[in-house]
Amino acid sequence: MTNSTVPAVKLAGVMKRFGNFAALSDVNLDIAAGEKVVICGPSGSGKSTLIRCINHIEQHDGGEISVNGIRLDRSAASVAKVRSVTGMVFQNFNLFPHMTVLENCTLAPRSTLKLSRAKAEAQAMELLSKVRIGDQARKYPGQLSGGQQQRAAIARSLCMQPKIMLFDEPTSALDPEMVKEVLETMKALAGEGMTMICVTHEMGFAREVADRVVFMDRGSIMEQGRPDAFFSNPHTDRARQFLSQIIH
Amino acid sequence: MTIFNFDAFVNYLFNSFLLGGVGVTIGLTVAAVIGGLCLGMIIALMRMSGKPLLAFPARFYIWFFRGTPLLIQLVVIYAGLPLFGVKLSVLQSALLGLILNEASYMAEIVRTGFLAVPKGQTEAGWSLNLSRRTIFWRVTLPQAFRLMVPPLGNSINGLLKATSLASVISVEEIMRRSDLLMQEQFQVLEVYAAATIYYLILTSLWDLVQARLERRFGRSVNATTASTTSLSFLRR
Repeated sequence: MTNSTVPAVKLAGVMKRFGNFAALSDVNLDIAAGEKVVICGPSGSGKSTLIRCINHIEQHDGGEISVNGIRLDRSAASVAKVRSVTGMVFQNFNLFPHMTVLENCTLAPRSTLKLSRAKAEAQAMELLSKVRIGDQARKYPGQLSGGQQQRAAIARSLCMQPKIMLFDEPTSALDPEMVKEVLETMKALAGEGMTMICVTHEMGFAREVADRVVFMDRGSIMEQGRPDAFFSNPHTDRARQFLSQIIH
Repeated sequence: MTIFNFDAFVNYLFNSFLLGGVGVTIGLTVAAVIGGLCLGMIIALMRMSGKPLLAFPARFYIWFFRGTPLLIQLVVIYAGLPLFGVKLSVLQSALLGLILNEASYMAEIVRTGFLAVPKGQTEAGWSLNLSRRTIFWRVTLPQAFRLMVPPLGNSINGLLKATSLASVISVEEIMRRSDLLMQEQFQVLEVYAAATIYYLILTSLWDLVQARLERRFGRSVNATTASTTSLSFLRR
């Protein structure tokens, strides 16, 4: 199922409610393999909910979600299959604080993929070096800066060899001087052809890396397009208003 | 009668009969901690399961065993169970009572520990395609356990002394043997002073173990979290 005609992610009429609140209403989105999509929109617009439905961290209430041709049908098997091809990076890193960075990176490969310790560690060291924190491998997350922690979290995800990376506001919890190092890591990843779906307010990153910007408001996709077109000529009032608020 | 017979006190302190009681107290405590923690873990998981069929019995259990005196529980188990055809030895009755009682406290401590682990930790586990089992054993439990150590320490300290209630159903731990020695010569203060020393030694030893546990499980956390045991003043 890896031929290029199968979309990396396909959302059709996806609905999600939290009690009476419609977090997502009738969301349709196709993302091709290798595509880089930035999702933006005001707070509470459903961006995070959308991305969290893709790897079933949130369960959608209606519509269909397929990832790499695997339909999420609530069965444990489909969830596991989808999670085996997706990686996720969280706003608050969510590293395991009681494990060293290296242990963070080897836990899933060893327990889920049954890799030997030696293999898992070799792979982890390679990826940690790639995100330029190979020298921090034996430290605990609490001893690292925010930027280093987020890069460790990216490496941890990559250790599971995902085909699709989901980023949920990866730089929002970082001090300004650390945003750049994380964005650089993400750009490098984009350069390698990884499919990336990224909820972010980093418009510079969107301009430089994204193939497409998706603008959401109140649980719906309001408009989408190439970044240059979206930023210079947004179609909807909401998007214009949003852009005027975030671009200083 | 003199005011306080120091020689008698020292004699009681090294009395082998009383020392034997110390062994029984330690045995009761260790067994009740292990049994209570296992049972308490199960009850806590039942209560957190979100399934009413499991959660309700767990709530009832905690409500009942925390809501009645251990003394009554011990007596009822020892004297009451035989009416239902269950005959337990004195030691078995004491152990059962202590485990059942301790489990109700442990369950709440375990639950608090798990509730304090951020949801994002489980979500990260999901996103890495970890199994539920791996998330529990490798991600949430170790973090919950670190948070459980101080209240567990408190509970175990209490348990060490609560074993003295087993003397009522004639388990020969420190308290019961002190009573027996006291009845020989009626040197009340001398015997109980010796017993007091034993209890202090035991709780102090536990304090040291607890401090070690806190350090062991707090390794990854910045050294800002000070030890909370009552003996920490000695290390300053």
